[in-house]
Amino acid sequence: MQKDVILNGRIWLITNDKGELINDIDTDMIFHNQYLTITDLDEMGQYTFDNLEGWKDFADKALKDDIIVVGDNFGAGSSRQQAVDCFKSLAVQAIIAKSFGAIYKRNAINSGLPILVLDSIDLNNIENREMVEFDLENGETDHNAINIEPFSKVQMDIYQAGNLFAYGKNIK
Amino acid sequence: MGKTIIEKILQNHSEQKVEPGKIVWIDIDIRTARDFGGPNVVKNLEKYYPDTEIPDKSNAFFTFDTVVPAKTIPYANSQQICRDFAKKHGLKVYDVNAGIGTHILMEKGFALPGKTLVGTDSHFNILGAVGAFGQGMGDQDIAFAFITGRNWFEVPETIKINLKGTFSYPTTGKDLVLYILRKIGSKGVLGKSVEYYGECLKDFSFSEVVTLSSMTTEMGGIIAYPHPNENVKDWLKEHTGETPEFIYADEDAKYLDEMEIDVSNLKPQIAAPPKPDNVFDVEKLKGQKVDSVFVGSCTNGRIEDMRLVADIIKGKKIADDVMLRVVPTTSEVYGQMLSEGLIKVLYNAGAVVSNPGCGGCANGQIGMTGKGEVQISTGNRNFTGKQGYGDTYLASPVTAARAALKGSL
Ligand code: SF4
Repeated sequence: MQKDVILNGRIWLITNDKGELINDIDTDMIFHNQYLTITDLDEMGQYTFDNLEGWKDFADKALKDDIIVVGDNFGAGSSRQQAVDCFKSLAVQAIIAKSFGAIYKRNAINSGLPILVLDSIDLNNIENREMVEFDLENGETDHNAINIEPFSKVQMDIYQAGNLFAYGKNIK
Repeated sequence: MGKTIIEKILQNHSEQKVEPGKIVWIDIDIRTARDFGGPNVVKNLEKYYPDTEIPDKSNAFFTFDTVVPAKTIPYANSQQICRDFAKKHGLKVYDVNAGIGTHILMEKGFALPGKTLVGTDSHFNILGAVGAFGQGMGDQDIAFAFITGRNWFEVPETIKINLKGTFSYPTTGKDLVLYILRKIGSKGVLGKSVEYYGECLKDFSFSEVVTLSSMTTEMGGIIAYPHPNENVKDWLKEHTGETPEFIYADEDAKYLDEMEIDVSNLKPQIAAPPKPDNVFDVEKLKGQKVDSVFVGSCTNGRIEDMRLVADIIKGKKIADDVMLRVVPTTSEVYGQMLSEGLIKVLYNAGAVVSNPGCGGCANGQIGMTGKGEVQISTGNRNFTGKQGYGDTYLASPVTAARAALKGSL
């Protein structure tokens, strides 16, 4: 069965006190190393962003299918998978960033969590909790203040298969 | 058309045509997992590949370095999960006495020029120091590589950085890499491979080359290849018994960008909190009070680093209100420190010396910092909260040792 390539969700603009999207959110801010021994997906969500100034209560605020929007170099730092899985645990639907840390990008793509690169955003004309529709295949949105780049081929293939393991079985 | 170093290495490991920007499947020579990430690798293997033999067993293993020996029960459990799995499948474990995984790979001759290696460690790009391709990965990626011996890679573009001019002691390789961070920032080479050339690299010790390679992560890069010098070649020969055959870029290789950074008479550099690219001349922070000093990590914990520190503090005492904590990178380094009498020098000066590993960098195995505490670290990261709630400054072993004696910068 093909997965839907259109995502609909309420967005969280992860901004600082100046109203700018936060850059360089590293894996310790997303999922601090003191929780690294947690391997159970259900338990991870509650610690999401609990070391990110201004967003420590994110886990309480996040709702199913939310989409988060962040700045440059999201997920810089360590290779921990929990920094991806904690969003799955919260049922966050997708992450949109200006750019991603290289390992973070791999981890997210391999686990089938949609991550998208922001093409442009006009923060004066978009607000938190607005409902936005994103097309993973062609990068189109239904909001003129936000634009994204479409999925790459490998990313779409892995997303459709479910994860890297499922995809890997097909290509052998 | 000519190829860069990374393009050549990947091409040698792929059936597809390797071009920057393209995603290709790569054969992986060595697959590893640490105690951090390792238990999840095992969990994934057991879930997705139950009762499957691990192929090519001699090139798949575990390296424990993050929290060694385990300081809490969850860490102990995590390590035991890896040990049990390794035993069942006949895989080797470099256990809690060994040291940092990437350095073990170099010392034991697994990481050689042109090889491809992966592990659950974001500083795997250290292996660029010996001309190998090392890639840090998450636990699903690694589990997949354990079973299939391959994985997908987006071939990175390459940036050539020409270092112009030379510098000398007390400025070291660490100061150089901090200065590059200062110039190009935490996203300076995001997603790219780097090749470094320049006269100043000729005299770098093996440790300095490692330092330069390791902080590619902090610049957002995939990997960096400092042009290999005689010290690196000798080091490899000593450890493997063979003359290493490095892979060099073609003359007509195509680079995304070529930068020149002038490092003539570079002065010692320091990264102030909260980010590794928040870099200043040490001079500028002169007088800053220091409470604790950490020497170690995968970036600056090799024997050459220890010698620099010991030279400075030999016969002296560290300042009364300063803690000096020293962690060698590997058991080999620890042994060298013992035989060269460096541990005695450190002990006499009032330092705490611990067993090899990531202590001091990962999860405070040799102590965390408290709120208000100012720490000088030779590591690679000073993000808020990483080693506690104190303020961490990143500097060279020379700057660190001097600060330990003086109690200030
Ligand atoms: S010393 Fe720190 S950065 Fe280096 S491998 Fe260990 S945890 Fe990672």
